[in-house]
Amino acid sequence: MFGRLTWDAIPFNQPIPLITSIVVLCAIGAIVAWITWNRWWPYLWNEWITSTDHKRIGVMYIVLALVMLVRGFADALMMRAQQTVAVGASQGYLPPEHYDQIFSAHGTIMIFFMAMPFIIGLINFVVPLQLGVRDVAFPTMNNVSFWLTASGALLVNLSLFIGEFARTGWLAFPPLSEKAFSPGVGVDYYLVALQISGIGTVLTGVNFVTTILKIRAPGMSYMRMPIFTWTALAANLLIIAAFPVLTATYAMLMLDRYLGFHFFTNDGGGNSMLYMNLIWVWGHPEVYILALPAFGVFSEVASTFSGKPLFGYRSMVFATMAICIISFCVWLHHFFTMGAGADVNAIFGIASMIIAVPTGVKIFNWLFTMYGGRVRFSVPIHYLIGFMLTFAIGGMTGVLLAIPPVDFVVHNSLFLVAHFHNVIIGLVVFGVMAGYTYWFPKAFGFTLDERLGKIIFWCWFIGFYLAWFPEYALGFMGATRRLQHISDPSWQPYLDVAMIGAVVILAGIVLTVVQLLYSIKTREQRRDITGDPWDGRTLEWLTLSPPPHYNFAVLPDVHGEEAYWTRKQTAIKLDRLIDEPNYQPIELPLNTPVGVICAFFASLCGFAVIWYIWWLAILSLIGAFAVFVWYAWRDEHEHIIPVQEVRKNARERRRIREEHLQNLSQSV
Amino acid sequence: MTSSEAVAVGLTHGRSEDTGLGNRGPQSKSIVVPYGFWLFVLSDMVLFSALFASYATLVHATDGGPVASQLFDRTNVAIETASLLLSSFVCGLAIIAAKRKNLFWTEAWLVLTGLLGLVFLVIELREFSGMIAIGAGPQRSAFLSAFFTLVGCHGAHVTAGLLWIGTMIAQIWAKGFQPHVGRRLLCLSVFWHALDIIWVAIFTIVYLIGTLP
Amino acid sequence: MTEIDPEALNVAPGEPHDSLLTETLSYVVGLALALVLTGVSFWVASTSHLWGPGVAVGLVVLAIAQMGVHLVFFLHITSGPDNTNNVLALAFGIMIVFLVMIGTIWIMAHLSTMTPGPELTNLQMQRG
Repeated sequence: MFGRLTWDAIPFNQPIPLITSIVVLCAIGAIVAWITWNRWWPYLWNEWITSTDHKRIGVMYIVLALVMLVRGFADALMMRAQQTVAVGASQGYLPPEHYDQIFSAHGTIMIFFMAMPFIIGLINFVVPLQLGVRDVAFPTMNNVSFWLTASGALLVNLSLFIGEFARTGWLAFPPLSEKAFSPGVGVDYYLVALQISGIGTVLTGVNFVTTILKIRAPGMSYMRMPIFTWTALAANLLIIAAFPVLTATYAMLMLDRYLGFHFFTNDGGGNSMLYMNLIWVWGHPEVYILALPAFGVFSEVASTFSGKPLFGYRSMVFATMAICIISFCVWLHHFFTMGAGADVNAIFGIASMIIAVPTGVKIFNWLFTMYGGRVRFSVPIHYLIGFMLTFAIGGMTGVLLAIPPVDFVVHNSLFLVAHFHNVIIGLVVFGVMAGYTYWFPKAFGFTLDERLGKIIFWCWFIGFYLAWFPEYALGFMGATRRLQHISDPSWQPYLDVAMIGAVVILAGIVLTVVQLLYSIKTREQRRDITGDPWDGRTLEWLTLSPPPHYNFAVLPDVHGEEAYWTRKQTAIKLDRLIDEPNYQPIELPLNTPVGVICAFFASLCGFAVIWYIWWLAILSLIGAFAVFVWYAWRDEHEHIIPVQEVRKNARERRRIREEHLQNLSQSV
Repeated sequence: MTSSEAVAVGLTHGRSEDTGLGNRGPQSKSIVVPYGFWLFVLSDMVLFSALFASYATLVHATDGGPVASQLFDRTNVAIETASLLLSSFVCGLAIIAAKRKNLFWTEAWLVLTGLLGLVFLVIELREFSGMIAIGAGPQRSAFLSAFFTLVGCHGAHVTAGLLWIGTMIAQIWAKGFQPHVGRRLLCLSVFWHALDIIWVAIFTIVYLIGTLP
Repeated sequence: MTEIDPEALNVAPGEPHDSLLTETLSYVVGLALALVLTGVSFWVASTSHLWGPGVAVGLVVLAIAQMGVHLVFFLHITSGPDNTNNVLALAFGIMIVFLVMIGTIWIMAHLSTMTPGPELTNLQMQRG
């Protein structure tokens, strides 16, 4: 009746998961009670859960990412603590079966449910605004994508309360991840959750490539698109190219586990090296899916806060597309040691070094953007400078690792772990924090507290170096990754420094929450009245903050690069706003529950598949299909914003902008 | 300031210069929807390429069990190929009829498309069950796992396509040729043609090259 | 400033766009070509008149030709300026497919030559 689900699945005899489960369930209960008490469910349902507005969906992605950051970092703290105390005679407080689940969950959550949603959330919010249009190509599909991602996150976190998680590391290499060696539900949770969220991600890729190529404001040719949009295009092309390989590979592993196939097993002719190859065909483009939009954020930040156009726009575009293509030609560098031979290793090693060239071009372009400009040391600029220093070091260790003979020495050591955390924290984390700070006022109408923002940056920056530079040293001294116990006591000082670093980063994360709450509480002091708090250069700053649902009353005409800057300077020079346009009623897609309902059935089906509850799996699949057909049968697709409302909002905006223009003229 | 000066500095609306292809503002849904679906189909091709790559890697990993030349029957494959190809052709005729809003012929060609697809599927299922009956199922060896997954994945796509064809037949009957119904039909035909393209690769590589002397 | 119909600059992939006769002809010609190429493939695979190693190459070429027929005659992917986005997307897809397949086959072949594994045992057992 319930497959292999029994009461034993609940970790009654393991204190850490048990206490965590109770605390989290109480927290969720408290939040649900609070919402119910305030009667916010209709508002949440109509304005957020069923929303097809890219801005709302973007915010929901980032909320998911921030919550998952806390979960993933909790895992990191536990790992750091274990390694600090489990030296020499001590076995620490986490037995290996538990420690293995923690490092697997840490990687899985940070990549799939923190970094990806954060980046996709920023892309969602910003790109249609930068393109000067009302929404993405497929708004309903956008909603579905978000909820499928959330469904995956739900399943991974459910494994903490019911069952266990994978003990195989975040990529679940066979033969360890095969049924013979991982008979429990852990690997199944991993595979099912990531298959579900993977579908959502591919749909996002299709959505944004279509949007960027086919839906832009009049006059916006490719070479007039903002650079963040270009990087979003490259990243989404990579999503379309890489994620199907992940889907296929996980499907093959699931067939091995569920139906006894022999793709990657030790017997029957299986080849586990094939899995390594395929998973990294996906895995390398994946890191560029995260990296390229982060580069894009920094490009926007550099030019805005230097008061100058981005240096070398064309070379940036070419560098971005070059990185996009080359990133598909380097994947073997993740398994130089697997034995493909010197010829193969050499080709991929050289390709991996080549990819550093366009990246270097980008770094010089940011430097030259800042050079000669009037740089305002805002919080995003802190992250930009911190990124350039930190990522340069991480990139250099990457080029080191790209040399096969070197890699043979340090593969899977802490040197490697330090390298990828160096580039991920230095680029992706700093990038999303900068983007979060930069676009927060556009989303919510007030800026975040700046002083706290700078302290948070320094926590991340100092914390990173304290936490990870000892790891580089330990890697050279022979420490491998994923150690539950350290046998060499002379490593203790390094581990202690690393622990301090982790605590400093923890302070940064705690302060991020504090900053958000404090900024909300004191928001009237930092209201973004004009919609353009940073003297921006791209079209998202044309709207008020937050923008109306339809973004622009009339789609802006684009006359050159930096569409908004040109228009703004013209208005200032001529001391008048653009002519009032001819307002029309605006059609917008309807809200829809299809996303959250399909995700519900997906979660149910996923849970059923994991626990072998076959009748439930089939029923939920039928349910999902039925909902889909019901949705496809609707006749009403859009609702209309009447022209009076459009005109009223637009005139309010013009009034505010007129005032702002007069203030600017007076101050000149 | 004259209106031409105003135009020149971009202070009026609707005067963005022609900067080339596709820069006249957002494209209409009849362009955007099929393009997005085309991208999805290409992503599906990448999925099949991973399965093909796995098949190529594991094709000799027979674990002492049955090999391709012992298992595959070219006559069956020829009939499957012909059914799917004709099915693709007939689907095209359905699109032509739909463009002219001819209810009878659209539905008729769609039904025929579905029937030919069903013929393909039945032959394939009989092939699979025959192989399993003689102990050449997917659990026997890596080669057979790869074969059943690659060809089976294509068959699963065909099955999904048949469900879609059935739904479209019903929807056209109920709603007529509204714009969104027409767009969906176009997407269905792109999907169906793409499946035939994948089948070309499968019958060539798996069944023909795989059974060369 | 003349208003250019935006529809004229872009064509949906898969959409036929001519008179009834021309459109139908496109599919009929496509079907005929595909049938011929398929037939030739089956013949090439079973005949002994051709040089052995060339057969596999020939079959691959014929397969690519058949795919081309499908793309042009059924999916209407042409090289006109209105089709640029569709062709670019296809080219990108083909590049990825090529990288994944050739890359994997190349790497796995090298791995298996460097590793005495079950595949070699299988080959020996098959021949024995």
